[in-house]
Amino acid sequence: MSFVLTEDQEMLRETAMAFARDELPVAHLRALRDKGANGNDPATRKKLAELGFFGVIVPDEPGGETFGLVGLGQILEAQGRTLAATPLVQTALIAASALQLGGTPAQKAEWLPKIAAGEVTFALALDESAHFSPYSIATEAERDGQGFTLNGLKKYVPDGHYADVFIVAARTFGEAGDRHGISLFLVPKGAKGVTVTPLKTVDSHGAAHVSFDGVHVPQTALVGPADEGADILDPLLDRAAIGMAAEMLGSAQAAFDMTLDYLNNRKQFGQLIGSFQSLQHRAAKMFVELEMTRSCVAAALGAVDGGKADVAELASLAKAKAGELVHLVSNECVQMHGGIGMTDAAEPGFYMKRARVQEALYGSASWHRDRYARLNGF
Amino acid sequence: MAYDDAEQLEAFRLDTRKWLEANCPPSMRTPMPDDEVVWGGRNATFKNPESKLWLDRMGEKGWTSPEWPKEYGGGGLSRAEARVLEQELRRIKARPPLFSFGLWMFGPALLEFGNHEQKLRFIPDILKGKIRWCQGYSEPGAGSDLAGLQTRCEDKGDHYLINGQKVWTSYADKADWIFCLVRTDTSTKHEGISFILFDMKSPGVEARPIQLISGESPFCETFFTDVKVPKDQLVGRVNGGWDIAKRLLQFERSSISAGGFGGTGGSGILGPEDYAKQHIGTDEAGRILDGDLRGRITDHRMYAKAFALTVQRQTEQAKAGQAVGHTASILKYGAAKMNQDRHELLIEALGTEGLGWEGEGFDKNAKKVTRQWLRSKGNSIEGGTSEINLNVIAKRVLGLKEHQ
Repeated sequence: MSFVLTEDQEMLRETAMAFARDELPVAHLRALRDKGANGNDPATRKKLAELGFFGVIVPDEPGGETFGLVGLGQILEAQGRTLAATPLVQTALIAASALQLGGTPAQKAEWLPKIAAGEVTFALALDESAHFSPYSIATEAERDGQGFTLNGLKKYVPDGHYADVFIVAARTFGEAGDRHGISLFLVPKGAKGVTVTPLKTVDSHGAAHVSFDGVHVPQTALVGPADEGADILDPLLDRAAIGMAAEMLGSAQAAFDMTLDYLNNRKQFGQLIGSFQSLQHRAAKMFVELEMTRSCVAAALGAVDGGKADVAELASLAKAKAGELVHLVSNECVQMHGGIGMTDAAEPGFYMKRARVQEALYGSASWHRDRYARLNGF
Repeated sequence: MAYDDAEQLEAFRLDTRKWLEANCPPSMRTPMPDDEVVWGGRNATFKNPESKLWLDRMGEKGWTSPEWPKEYGGGGLSRAEARVLEQELRRIKARPPLFSFGLWMFGPALLEFGNHEQKLRFIPDILKGKIRWCQGYSEPGAGSDLAGLQTRCEDKGDHYLINGQKVWTSYADKADWIFCLVRTDTSTKHEGISFILFDMKSPGVEARPIQLISGESPFCETFFTDVKVPKDQLVGRVNGGWDIAKRLLQFERSSISAGGFGGTGGSGILGPEDYAKQHIGTDEAGRILDGDLRGRITDHRMYAKAFALTVQRQTEQAKAGQAVGHTASILKYGAAKMNQDRHELLIEALGTEGLGWEGEGFDKNAKKVTRQWLRSKGNSIEGGTSEINLNVIAKRVLGLKEHQ
């Protein structure tokens, strides 16, 4: 396992950090919110494509070198710092991974170059209730002779309000709760019977409920084996959780830095409030948690690239730790800013709102703690 | 011999493997029971004679501290070679040949601050485990505020004269020599401290063991009455001891946290999840029946894993030459929390089985847990309290200001 970035990864990290800082500050998200863009930001997508950020885990030719998930993790951490709303998690990470894990050669040839070029956006249509529970899929995909017919409702699909293509997890066998019987499908947003209902979400990133009513897809829409889609979905969701954890690390770090800055400037009783020991100790404890989480995220990213056997365990560790961290730090950020932290004009609120969305996506801390215990046999 | 490329490193590995094969006695490749830990010293006892053989052989090569300079009896290995040795030792599950404050704390500080003669005189005996050192830091009036120490050291022309009292001196009753912080200037605080070494057999030194809540007595009160110390045993310059003291504390905090306060590995004590399964039971899916306890055990297990990964990350980053500032305090704080949480969970999972003190009717390991649980309460006090470590993080790492 390597906790030290390669020179190329280091450069990628610097580029991403500078880009987020200069082009996508929190003020950018605020502006998008205020003009009602709901996280849909084609201009930024174009810039991300020019930087090559969509193709970080996609090799130029099959089998070629990439920056790996470690590389993509640096970009997600950078966008997390400024809460940037981008399609990178859904498209550059999840869609590229799904195709790499389960796509046919034809699917890969069709979609991977377009993903890498930033010409298409995807969204994973997974959850059907208000809580992450990947095997509880009830959306049906019935074999209809020439392919499948899909019926069901997917809730809170990130990027679902603008994605061009959905990756839909549906049931071809068994019933909700079964691991066996899940299949994954590519469904274009324009397919007959697809209805997208945009959602205005607390973090201003937006999302959508997506319903599938008698949507017909051909056999070639299937990604991975029929009925055994969970074999693709499990590692895919581990990567999604790890990618989110990297983004959350960035958010937590930025909220922490902002808080520290405030502690070092705000005066009360003629003193910098950062000189009060009760605040110093809370800051120090947050810093310890940050450092620990950083190690977990780095280990999880590296484990995917290294093809390690403990990816699932590290994914749950990273997502749970990052969830606890960003929860703690975003709350402390508001509290330590005092009254100003309650105002919309200041940024702590943005971090807290986004944190709760990050925490919920791909498994809450408590979901991953439970899974960590199961994986460890207790 | 220098091994600077991969091929030579491989040759070193083969040589090392061959040497270990021939020289590491069979019982030294088994888990170490607590009572076979070797601390060395003039009065060292070896319950297992192969422990002595192993120490002598490793000490002779300087491999008790492989990267220390050859000139002073160290192994003289490069970072890469030392890592190979470490891997080869781990491969055969070799026991550490020596536990020693000299190796972990005093030696590294002396190599940095001592003069050539002092290194020649003291380092070889540390490596060979011939002299056992103890640490004279805390005093009754100087715990967290260590620099408030009052033990006087007066310059008597041809020698120093020491009067005062130390407390929490680990194993002072068993140690041969002490590295000690003393006051050489009473008119100032930090700048009036010196770092001095003397023999515990010197007239006027008395160590009295302190019984802890765990029933053990690993610490002493140590009294100094007109102790004469030769002048060449002061390290660094007079009144320049505080820098050495702080540096040594970093070594201490790293060595405490690197071990995570863990036992010696062969203790036979299981994890809290194992005891919970055993004493509380599991459902059909194998989950611990008490869901709340299960959750808290998971929390702890994740913290422990995150801690281990952090130690690993910092080691790798340090090796890659990336600055790792003041990590010792972070790790010391985390290690204390981790070990205390673990022992609270062990006791909780064991239920009344974990509440025995001595005699029949309780599992032997469970009684050990009980003692360790009590002992673990000191983890957040010794070597800098957790509160002091948080102060260090807040001020030195995060740059928060002093209260005016």
